[in-house]
Amino acid sequence: MEAFTTHAGTAVPLRRSNVDTDQIIPAVWLKQVSRTGFEKGLFAAWREDPTFVLNDPAYEGGSILVSGPDFGTGSSREHAVWALQQYGFRAVIAARFGDIFRNNSTKMGLLPVILPGEKVEALQTAVEADPKLQVTVDLVERQVRWADEVVSFEIDDYTRWRLMEGLDDIGLTLRHGDDVAAYENGRQPWLPTTV
Amino acid sequence: MGRTLAEKVWEQHVVRRAEGEPDLLYIDLHLIHEVTSPQAFDGLRLAGRKVRRPDLTIATEDHNVPTVLGPIADPVSKTQVETLRKNAAEFGIRLHPMGDAGQGVVHIIGPQFGLTQPGMTIVCGDSHTSTHGAFGGIAFGIGTSEVEHVLATQTLPAYRPKTMAIEVSGELPVGVTAKDLILAIIAKIGTGGGQGYIVEYRGEAVRKLSMEGRMTVCNMSIEAGARAGMIAPDETTFAYLKGRTHAPEGQAWDQAVTYWKSLRTDDDAVFDKVVEIDASTLTPFVTWGTNPGQGLPLGASVPSPESFDDPVARSAAERALEYMGLAAGTPLREIEVDTVFVGSCTNGRIEDLRSAAEILRGRQVTTRTLIVPGSMMVKKQAEEEGLHEVFKAAGAEWREAGCSMCLGMNPDTLKPGERSASTSNRNFEGRQGKGGRTHLVSPQVAAATAVTGRLTAPADL
Ligand code: SF4
Repeated sequence: MEAFTTHAGTAVPLRRSNVDTDQIIPAVWLKQVSRTGFEKGLFAAWREDPTFVLNDPAYEGGSILVSGPDFGTGSSREHAVWALQQYGFRAVIAARFGDIFRNNSTKMGLLPVILPGEKVEALQTAVEADPKLQVTVDLVERQVRWADEVVSFEIDDYTRWRLMEGLDDIGLTLRHGDDVAAYENGRQPWLPTTV
Repeated sequence: MGRTLAEKVWEQHVVRRAEGEPDLLYIDLHLIHEVTSPQAFDGLRLAGRKVRRPDLTIATEDHNVPTVLGPIADPVSKTQVETLRKNAAEFGIRLHPMGDAGQGVVHIIGPQFGLTQPGMTIVCGDSHTSTHGAFGGIAFGIGTSEVEHVLATQTLPAYRPKTMAIEVSGELPVGVTAKDLILAIIAKIGTGGGQGYIVEYRGEAVRKLSMEGRMTVCNMSIEAGARAGMIAPDETTFAYLKGRTHAPEGQAWDQAVTYWKSLRTDDDAVFDKVVEIDASTLTPFVTWGTNPGQGLPLGASVPSPESFDDPVARSAAERALEYMGLAAGTPLREIEVDTVFVGSCTNGRIEDLRSAAEILRGRQVTTRTLIVPGSMMVKKQAEEEGLHEVFKAAGAEWREAGCSMCLGMNPDTLKPGERSASTSNRNFEGRQGKGGRTHLVSPQVAAATAVTGRLTAPADL
């Protein structure tokens, strides 16, 4: 996965709370056989409304989603993370996240940033006033910065390290390739192969 | 202190252990089918990764395949099957496609090839992978991202579940089967009773089960919420394995058997939980509701929701009766069915077909009856034994191998409101088709039910 250190870009204000994974990517999209193309399903129901924020050309190219509290609740669905990433989001800022969603996204390189509710609101308001506002999500310093604002966020060292190194679960395991090879050498000789 | 069977097998497979991290577990066999693998392969491609051990991986087509000869009509099913073929070819994985002599339900083909052996770790993107634990290994279902992990690394990071013993004392009475036993166990401990555990089935009644019966029991461990179910290997296991295509031979066989014999829970080992059940008191068991825990002896009546003390169980029963179209107090033996299904990874093996044939021999079915062998090899063997003639003469349909009516993903489904007696493992709402009503039963009860059109035990005929 792509490593995350510091990301600067424009933001998209999503003035909704309790955005569950079924809203992020509706269930019909789960039938796909590929891992790509999910951007088309992102918020599919909401996007039918022409006034929905993602349909507003002013926010085109936004790479930081700023949402109301409890983003990514509901059923475990890795597709939700794929949809956000493939649409172009690198980070989601909210006051609270669904646990499974948060866990899935850090494993796949989408940074969930928890900021206090009033700071999230302030950022949404600032972006609405100026959609081209540059927002920086700095994982190294654990800060979000825009205009004169500098807001710190917390993230545990291990998750931060993985994101900064760009290590997904498989990448992490592959670092222990020697251990795996050593184990394989000691496997019982009669164990079957499928060939 | 001694160790349990689960602990022994787990420890044998730990590649790496570090404080605060899950164990990195080596996987001996990875089974693949068309539904949960496409995105895993696509993930590998996107990251430029390879399959580490194609030689420990095997694929088959089962969930989507029609059980009458001909092409797949449904476009989504067709795409999944075609995608699996493409991926297997690209990554060099052995595949048993539709029509192939080795094709079948993923959990039937592993054991029949002798690929499922004692002490192994086996995973598959399917929850009924627990079936393979019948040989004394640790086998469990995984999600698509874990499928990708195993493909890329042949390992899986996992925390060791707790251990539970289910001690089955006594002997199963005549006419009572492994299926009745596991349905009774699930009714006793509940669909969440096994959560967080690897279950080891033990005791006299378990030892006396055939391998087919043990697979039926382990298959449904997941319906009790358990991560895996297992049974210590013994002479029954060795006899089943001997001579199978991938079983060890000659000196390797002797070496293997010596090791396999060590795969038993030490006498002084301690389980995190112990459940006891007396087999000698059991009778044929059927489900009346919409989860596998909602089951009763066939001699009972549909329960009244008020009879449940727990408010959650009570409202679940209310809802289930409404969905199932059943009135409390109705004797289970009076419930009429439209369809009988014998098959699936729970009861689609040769022994299951034999026991159904024994009941149908010289009798006529009065309902639509589907007999679906779990694999092409099972089909072939059944035909060699003439079982298909028995089924056909009785008026039942003899089909090709596949998951069939176990789930509504292929053409074999129930119509809304239709009721089945089914040897599969899940009676969830809509599992066999939208609005379909499922009663889980043993192959013997299924066959007897096909004759009368009402839920019936063979002894009633
Ligand atoms: S037979 Fe049923 S439970 Fe078994 S693998 Fe097929 S769909 Fe799953």
